[in-house]
This record gives sequence, C-alpha cells and structure tokens, in this order.
Amino acid sequence: MNIIVCIKQVPDTTEVQINPETGTLIRDGVPSIVNPFDMYAIEEGIRLKEKFGGKVTAITMGPPQAKEAIRDAVSLGVDDGILLSDRGFAGSDTLATSYTLSRAIMKQGGYDLILCGKQASDGDTAQVGPGIAECLDIPFVAFVKKIEDIADGKARVERMMEYGHDVIETPMPVLLTVVKEINEPRLPSLRGKMRARKYEPIMMTKEDLDVDPARLGLDGSPTQVIKVFTPDVKRAGEILEGETPDEYALELKKRLKEAGFAI
Amino acid sequence: MIIYIDQEQCTGCEVCIPTCPFGAIEMREDKAYINEKCTLCGACLDACPMQAIVKKVDELPKKKETDLSLYRGVWIFAEQRKGKIQSVTYELLGEGRKLADERKEELCAVLFGHNMKDAAKELLHYGADKVFYMDDPMLEDFQDDPYSECMAQLVRQYKPEILLCGATNIGRSFIPQVAVKLETGLTADCTGFDIDPKEGNLLQTRPAFGGNIFATIATHHHRPQIATVRHKVMKPAERKDQSPGDLIEVPVPEEGKKCRTKLIERFEEIEETVNLAEADIIVSGGRGLGDPKHFDLIRDLAKALGGAVGASRATVDAGWIPYSHQVGQTGKTVCPKLYIACGISGAIQHLVGMRSSDVIVAVNRDPEAPIFKVATFGIVGDLHEIVPAMIKHFSR
Repeated sequence: MNIIVCIKQVPDTTEVQINPETGTLIRDGVPSIVNPFDMYAIEEGIRLKEKFGGKVTAITMGPPQAKEAIRDAVSLGVDDGILLSDRGFAGSDTLATSYTLSRAIMKQGGYDLILCGKQASDGDTAQVGPGIAECLDIPFVAFVKKIEDIADGKARVERMMEYGHDVIETPMPVLLTVVKEINEPRLPSLRGKMRARKYEPIMMTKEDLDVDPARLGLDGSPTQVIKVFTPDVKRAGEILEGETPDEYALELKKRLKEAGFAI
Repeated sequence: MIIYIDQEQCTGCEVCIPTCPFGAIEMREDKAYINEKCTLCGACLDACPMQAIVKKVDELPKKKETDLSLYRGVWIFAEQRKGKIQSVTYELLGEGRKLADERKEELCAVLFGHNMKDAAKELLHYGADKVFYMDDPMLEDFQDDPYSECMAQLVRQYKPEILLCGATNIGRSFIPQVAVKLETGLTADCTGFDIDPKEGNLLQTRPAFGGNIFATIATHHHRPQIATVRHKVMKPAERKDQSPGDLIEVPVPEEGKKCRTKLIERFEEIEETVNLAEADIIVSGGRGLGDPKHFDLIRDLAKALGGAVGASRATVDAGWIPYSHQVGQTGKTVCPKLYIACGISGAIQHLVGMRSSDVIVAVNRDPEAPIFKVATFGIVGDLHEIVPAMIKHFSR
C-alpha cells in the first residue's frame, strides 16, 4: 500500500509567550516542530505499512528549513520525503496550498491513501486536508479516530463527531484527516535518527510541477490577512473586599443576586 | 509580491520585530532584515516609524475578474442532525441578520434534509427572508459528497455574497470542499465579523497560534466570501411570531445524489450530565487546585449552582480530568451566563474560550493573575478556603 502523509512545520505554540508590557508575541527561541496533529498521521501511516507492506512518503510545503520536518518524519520510519519550496509558493492561503500539494501528489501518483493531521496548530484551519481531496477528486473523511479495516480497495473508518462517532465505508484512494485518539505516536529509533541525519528530501519547485502559476502563492490565494493583533480581553472588573472566606462568599452572593442570579 | 526593508531608511530601532507573527524579521548588522520565513501576511507593514518596510507588488497579467456585483445577499447553512436544527444555526441567523442589514441585502438559510419542511418553515421565524430547502433521502444524514455538491450548485445558481456555516465537525468537513469547488476564499472558525465601510468586504476575525493572536482576513476579489463560525460566540436570533419570508424548495441535482462514502452506523455516546458548551453556569478548576482530588470542590460548587464543570488545559494535560471538560482554544469555547474560575491563572488560550461569558468570577491567590483582567468580580485568596464558603452559602 502506498501512503502519502502531508505534514507541516509549525512553531511550537505551547512555547509561545506574550510580552506583558507590549502585548506582542515573544518568539525568540521558539523551536519549530512537526505539527503535533501530523504526528498521528505519520504514526498511522507507518503502522499501516507495517501491516500491509508498501511505502510511506511524507510531503510538505514550506521554506528550505522545513527539511527538518521531513527528517523528523524519516526518523520515525517514513521512507521518503518531498519538500515543496519556492518563493512563488509564499503567501499561499489554504486554497493555494491545497492546489499546490495536490499537484505534487498527482505527480507522485500511485497512492492508495493520503493521511493528514486534522489541522495545523498554528493556523488551526483544518481546511487543507479536505481541500487536497477536492483538488484530487477523491473521497474525504474528516476527524478519523480509528481505521477499522482496509480490504478489497475499501476502508472502514470511524469519524469523530460532537455526539459520538460515525462508521463510514469509503472506496480508495481516499484522504483521511486523523485526530489524536487514533494512536500513540512512537519515538524515533536510533536507526531512524541515523538515517534522518543524512537524509536529503526530494526538492520540488514550481518548475517541477504541472501548475497554473495564477493559482500559486499570493496570486492564487483569495483570502488575505489584513491585520494581526493580540486580543484585548480586559473588562472593567472589581476586586471584592473581605476579611474571611465567609465574608467573601456573602459579598459575592450579594453581587451575583444584584446581577440577576437566583442564588 | 515581496516585502522588504529599505536599508537606507531603517534606523535599527527593532520596533517591527515583534509585529511579525512568524518571527521572520531579524537584525543583521544593526538593520532589520526579512528572512525566508516571511509569508507576506503584511502584519509588519504599519509598524515602522520610518516607513522603511516596503511592499512591492509584481506586475502580473490580469486575472479573470469575477463580477462581484452579481453576488448578493447573506446565506447561512442550517445544520441539522436527526431532523433537528442545531443551536449553532440560530447563532448564524443572528449574526447573518446583522450583516445582511448592514449590506441592505437579504438573509437566506440553506437546509439539507429529508421530510423537514416544517423545520424549514420554522427558520423563517428567526429572521431569514428566504429558506432554500433541498429534500432527499441522501441528504438525511450528513455526508461530504452530496452536501458539498448541493451547496456548490446552489451557490452557482443564486450567487450569494456571503456564506456562513458553523465551525462544527460537519461544517469544517464539507465547507472546505465547497470553497475549492467554487475556487473562492474560506476563513475558518471566525469569532467576529464586520463590513469594511469602504469596499463592503466581509472582515473576518479569527484566533490563530493557539489563541495568542487574532487575524482579520478579507476575501477581496472572489465571491462568495465563505466563513465558518465558532459555536457559542455569536448571540442567537430570537424567535418572532411573524414569518414574512418565503420557503423555496429546490430540486436536488443528480450530481448531488451521488455519494462515494457510505454511512454504515452511527454511535451516540452517552452525553455528560451537563453539556459544557450549552451550560448556563460553569465552574472551572485550574492548576491552583494543587491536587486532582480537589476537583471535588469544583464539582460540589457546580452542583450547588446547578452548573457544569470546566477545566484549564494544564489540569487536562496533567491527567486530572478528561479532555471533554477543557475550556479554551484547544478545548471548548463556552459562553455561559456565569463562569467561575478557581485557581486558573488565565493563560490567553483559556481566556479566548470563556471571555464572552456574561459574568466572570475569578478566585486566585495571585493578585497579578491575568484572569483578574477579564473578571467581573475577583476574589484574591486561597480557593481551598473560599470555595467551601461559597458552597456553604450558595446551596439552595
């Protein structure tokens, strides 16, 4: 089975701090990592390969340093990695990104399954997975928490919903986005790390792809960020006065009653 | 397009550096320099007091322009499950009405389902001028293929200017496919909308970087402008007795009846005693509890008030309480009438998930905790003493 895993290099947002003086992001020393949700896609890809045989290829789009994301995937057991890097891809929104990745996947060809994390932790859009599926005109299932079975060119998967989950049968090739409930990602093996250190990803620029230049990068992106700001969350509150816990509780009760709560 | 720094103008003041959400501006030989991490987002453009940050637009062959004036009106997708309209729909109707009035256009709801004509008519009581209703057994349960195809066809036929959909699992699954079919812009998980007074574009605001920053996004040259909207942020429309609008039954196109995937079975897990996202009162605990067993205090207070139990990410990550209780950017967004935060310092990730609550009470030992900035009423003190007193006095 040939599996493609789409990954993204993101800043480690759990490390992002706000400067209390200026209200801006402190990004010094914030490391780049593989999008945490993509780790589950990588793990699932490797597990399926271990079960059914075949090959796992990781693909990413980003600046040259996104090579490290490919190497991380290789250290975990991914066979090959492709890095799409071109100044012409800069400024891509989710539509242009979906288009570009789908064209690279088309060029690669011969895939049975495409796996993506449910969303990236920097943008949180969850749009590129379904976008790629639509560009490739293949079926799509979001929020997959379990691949129950793959047989006879069909996959049976569980899709997480607000109320529980749906069991869905889909023909292959199919694109699935996966949630963290699907597995427990492994750590890289020593051998994997050794291989990753020397691994050079397959590099592709827009010249390598059969693409319409008007659909790439900023030109191919209908949405544009016009402003970025830190949220102003202040409200005019009041610190209650009191001496003992009982006094605080009674004062709060009084205020809440005044605000219309029946307590 | 390219953004660069005019080295002649740059004074090396470093003001621009923190404005970049991608960390793409660095200092090189005492001048600012934009490196290859730049995504051309433009966040830095206004930061420079010397106007040394320059945006250069390439001369490119003109693209085929969409005639924007052909697209009119605001649409919302009315989500249903098992034939019941979901609550996010009323929030979309409330927000959609506001935007439609500002644009002086119609508000229309789109409903896909089977044997739901009465529910479709009912939407007319919530401010919709029109309801487009497609009825087919294939549309009874959500499936990506028929829903995205039907929506794309309907948009091509009637050309709305704006399309809003709940940022639910259903919305976030099929709307991106609609946007690709229509080759237009889509903004995910929005928490605020405005109309640009000059150009009339929809200004879509959404959190990014785990809620640490907000971005306002516009779709200038493509229509419709599509956005998914976070549940529990917008105020729902109220029901009116009159329903002057029209129900329009649209036949389902043949393409819209095709579906490659098959829904085999649906599992409904037992709902928690109180659904966090729908609760009127929420009592939340944070790391200040000190020990997982102290969540009992939170549960007791919630019980005394008839509310639900929430939690900060730190406590969920530490395994003190299941993820389903997590409030915040990576958990649930809540908008209760009363939110009581106990021992929660108030990281921005948490604040974005609860700050639209009507009344916020914070109990924390640290008077400098950011949670007090959003609190309506703050109590500086030890929650292990304050909360038991609250339980004692609040019990009805």
